[in-house]
Amino acid sequence: MLRDLYRDAEHLFRVVLLCVVGVLVFLVARAVAVPKGFGEYGHYRAPAIRDAAAKTPVFAGQAACAECHDDVLATKAAGAHRGVHCEACHGPLSAHAADPSAVEVALPDGRALCVTCHEQNASRPASFPQVVPSEHAGDDVCTECHVPHAPSVQ
Amino acid sequence: MDPSAILHGVQGFMYPNEIELQWSLLIVLYPYITGLVAGAFILASLERVIGVEALKPTYRLALLSALAFLLVAPLPLQLHLGRPERSFEMYFTPHTASAMAMFGFVYLWYLLGVLLFEIWLDYRPEIVHFAKTKPGIMGTVYKILALGSYNVSERALWIDDKVGRFVTILGIPSAFLLHGYVGFIFGSVKANPWWSSPMMPIVFLFSAMVSGVALVLLLYMVVSWAKGRVIDMRCVDTMGVILLVAFIIDFALEGLDLIHRVYEADESFKTLDFLVHTKLYFSHIIVQIVLGTLLPLGLLALVRLVRITEAGRKGIYLLSSVLTLVGIFAMRWNVVIGGQLFSKSFLGYTTYKLDFANREGLLPSIILMVLPFFILWGLFRLLPPFERPSRTEG
Amino acid sequence: MDETRRDLLATGGKLLILTGAAGIGLDFVLAGEPEKAPNYDVMKHWWGMAIDIEKCIGCGNCVRACKAENDVPKEPFYFRTWVERYYVPDVDPREPHAEMQPKVDSPNGGYDGFDDVYRHEKSGKTFFVPKMCNQCAHSPCVQVCPVGATFESPDGVVLVDKSYCLGCRYCVQACPYGCRFIDPRTHTVDKCTLCYHRITKGLTTACCEACPTGARMLVDLKNPDDPIHEFLRSNKVQILKPQMATGAKVYYNGLDGSVR
Repeated sequence: MLRDLYRDAEHLFRVVLLCVVGVLVFLVARAVAVPKGFGEYGHYRAPAIRDAAAKTPVFAGQAACAECHDDVLATKAAGAHRGVHCEACHGPLSAHAADPSAVEVALPDGRALCVTCHEQNASRPASFPQVVPSEHAGDDVCTECHVPHAPSVQ
Repeated sequence: MDPSAILHGVQGFMYPNEIELQWSLLIVLYPYITGLVAGAFILASLERVIGVEALKPTYRLALLSALAFLLVAPLPLQLHLGRPERSFEMYFTPHTASAMAMFGFVYLWYLLGVLLFEIWLDYRPEIVHFAKTKPGIMGTVYKILALGSYNVSERALWIDDKVGRFVTILGIPSAFLLHGYVGFIFGSVKANPWWSSPMMPIVFLFSAMVSGVALVLLLYMVVSWAKGRVIDMRCVDTMGVILLVAFIIDFALEGLDLIHRVYEADESFKTLDFLVHTKLYFSHIIVQIVLGTLLPLGLLALVRLVRITEAGRKGIYLLSSVLTLVGIFAMRWNVVIGGQLFSKSFLGYTTYKLDFANREGLLPSIILMVLPFFILWGLFRLLPPFERPSRTEG
Repeated sequence: MDETRRDLLATGGKLLILTGAAGIGLDFVLAGEPEKAPNYDVMKHWWGMAIDIEKCIGCGNCVRACKAENDVPKEPFYFRTWVERYYVPDVDPREPHAEMQPKVDSPNGGYDGFDDVYRHEKSGKTFFVPKMCNQCAHSPCVQVCPVGATFESPDGVVLVDKSYCLGCRYCVQACPYGCRFIDPRTHTVDKCTLCYHRITKGLTTACCEACPTGARMLVDLKNPDDPIHEFLRSNKVQILKPQMATGAKVYYNGLDGSVR
C-alpha cells in the first residue's frame, strides 16, 4: 500500500531531492563566499573598521606643526588668531610634516586668504570682524598693516 | 553628465547630495513587473482554488505569463546596482533589519517553490508525453524536465492535483508577500514622506492585481486572435468583473491615502501638493488618475450597466486593459521617481533626466519590457497553454 | 628560568582569553604607521560632533578641507560636509498669517564661500549652517543596508565598507539628512567617516582642523573630561530633525527652528 503510494509520488521525491541538493550547494557557496571577519562585531565585515582607519591623513594636525614651529605658535598665542590652526590658512601639509625638506610651503596670497573670512557678509555673525575690502584698504595688501599670525594693526 | 546641466534642473533648495536622482526608470520597472507577476498568479489561483470555472481558458496562460515576467523581475535591479557583481552578497549575508535584504529569498521561494513547481505539476502529462515522443534536442529537454520519472498513472496525477492545489493555496499568500513586500520597501522609508505610509504595501498589492488581470485579459485576447481561436466571452466577461472589483478597491485605497494626506497636511504636504500640481501633473493626474483609472473604471462599469454587443465588449476590454497597464505603470513611476523629485528639506525640487542608451536609460528599460513577451513566446512553444492532451495515456 | 617563562605564557594566555571574553576589540591596534598609532581602543570612545552656528562664518574652509582630506569628487553634488546659508524673512505685521518660507542656498556646497547677496536686506535674519553626517546611533541607513556594507562601529561612527557595498542606494534614500552620495568612481556609496583615519590616530577631523572660528568640535561622549559635557550643559542644544528619532550625535548650538 505504502509502496504503491511511493511509486505514484516518486516524481515528487525527485523534486525534494533537487531542493535538498540546491540548499546544500547554497550552503557550501555561502561558506566559501562570506568574507573573513564578517559578523565578528556586528552584521558587517570587521576588518572594514581597520580599512576605514588605515588611510594616511592629509592634514598633519596642529601638534605636528608645533613640533618645529613653536616660535610661530608663541607669536600666535598672544593674538586674535590664537585659535586658528596653522593648516586652516596654509592648507594640508602632512607631506611637509613627514619630510620638511621635501615639501616647500608656499606663502598664502595675503589678500585672497584674508577676505575668505573677513570680507563683509550679512550672514556672518555680527560680532565677527568683517570689512568691505575696497573701502577698508583700497588696493593695499592686508599684510602691509596686519601681521597675520597676530593680526592687530601695526 | 555635465554638472551644470544637472544643477540647472534644481528649483529652490536641494541638499547638494540629493540633486542627482538615485533610483532610475529601472527601479520603476521593478515594482511594475513584480506587480504583473503577482496579479497574474492571483488570477490563476482564483480558478484553481475558488473554482471560478469561467477562468479556465486563462489558467495556464496566467501561470506562464507570471513565470515570464518573474524571470525578468530581478534584471532591472541587477542592472541598476553600482556593483552588479556583488549582488550575491544579498543571499549570503542578508541583513535581517533591512527591508530589501529578503527580496532574494522571497523571489526564489516564489519562483521555485510556487510558480515553477505548480507549472511543472500541471504540465507533467504533456512533459512526459513529449519526452517519449519528441526526437532530438527537444526530446532531451523534456526528458530533463520530466526528471526521469514517466509515471502519469491516474493516481500519480491525482496526487499531483492535490499537491498542486496545496501549492496554489500557499501561492496566494506568497503572491501577497512578494508584492506587499515590494510596497514595504518603499513604505518603510521614514525619511521620505511621499513613500512612508503603512498603506503602501496594500496599495501596491491591489494595484498589482489590477495590472496582472489587465495583462492576462489583454494577452488572452491578443493570443486568441493571433491563433485564430474563438474568444470565450464568458471568460473575458468574468475577467472584466474581477478587474472592475479589484480596481474599485485599489482606487478606494489610493483615495483614502490621498484624503488622509490632504486632511493631515503635515510638514511635507505643501511640497508634495506643489509637486503633484507641477512636475507630476501629467503623469499623476492625467495619466494615472484620469486615463489610467477613471476611464477604464467607467468603461468596465458601463459593461455592467448597459447591454453592449460582443464586439463592443471586446473593444472595451482591450482598451481598458491597455489603459490600465499604462495607468499602473504611471503609478509606479509617480511613486519611485516622484519620491525623489523633492528635497527632504521640503524647500526645493530637482528634475529626472532620462538618458537613452546608457545602463540606466530608456533603451535597456524597453528591452526589459519586451523581453518577457519573448520568453512567453518561448514558453508557449515549450508548454502549449491551450491544448490539453487526454489525461489517460502513459 | 624556563618555569617562569612558562608561567608567564600561561598567565598571558589566560589574560588573552579574559580579554576576548570581556568584549570586542580591546586589543584593536591600527594599521598604518605603528609608531604614530597608539593602541586605539574602540570600546573607549563614542564619537560625535558639536557645531556652534553662532560661530560659523561661512568661509567654506571645512568643505574644502574635507574634499582634500577624503578625496571627495569635486562635482557640486558630492559632499561629505557642506554649508547652507539660511535667510528667514521677518513676519509682516500687515500679513502675519502669511506662510514664512526660509530661503536656503548652498552654492557648490559652500566650497567657494558665499557672495554677500543679502547685504541690502534690511529685514529678516541670515546665518550659516554647516551640515554633515549626524553619526546617528539608530541610523536608518545602517538599518536598510541589505548586506551589512554600512554599519555603526563600536565607537559610534557610521562607516561604509566600500569593498562590500553593492551600490543599491537604499541607504541614500533612507538618510533624512541627504548625507550620502554615490561615488562616481567606485559606484559605491560614500559619506562622512568623521575622519575615522584621523580620530583613531589621536587627530581631530579635517573640518575641525581647518575651521578658523572653532565652530566645529569633535567630541568623545565617553570621555568624562570632554568639553562636550559642558557644551551640552551650558547651551540650548538641538539636533537636526529630532522627529526622525535617529539618535543623531551632531549637536547644534543656536539652531534656528527654520533649519531643516
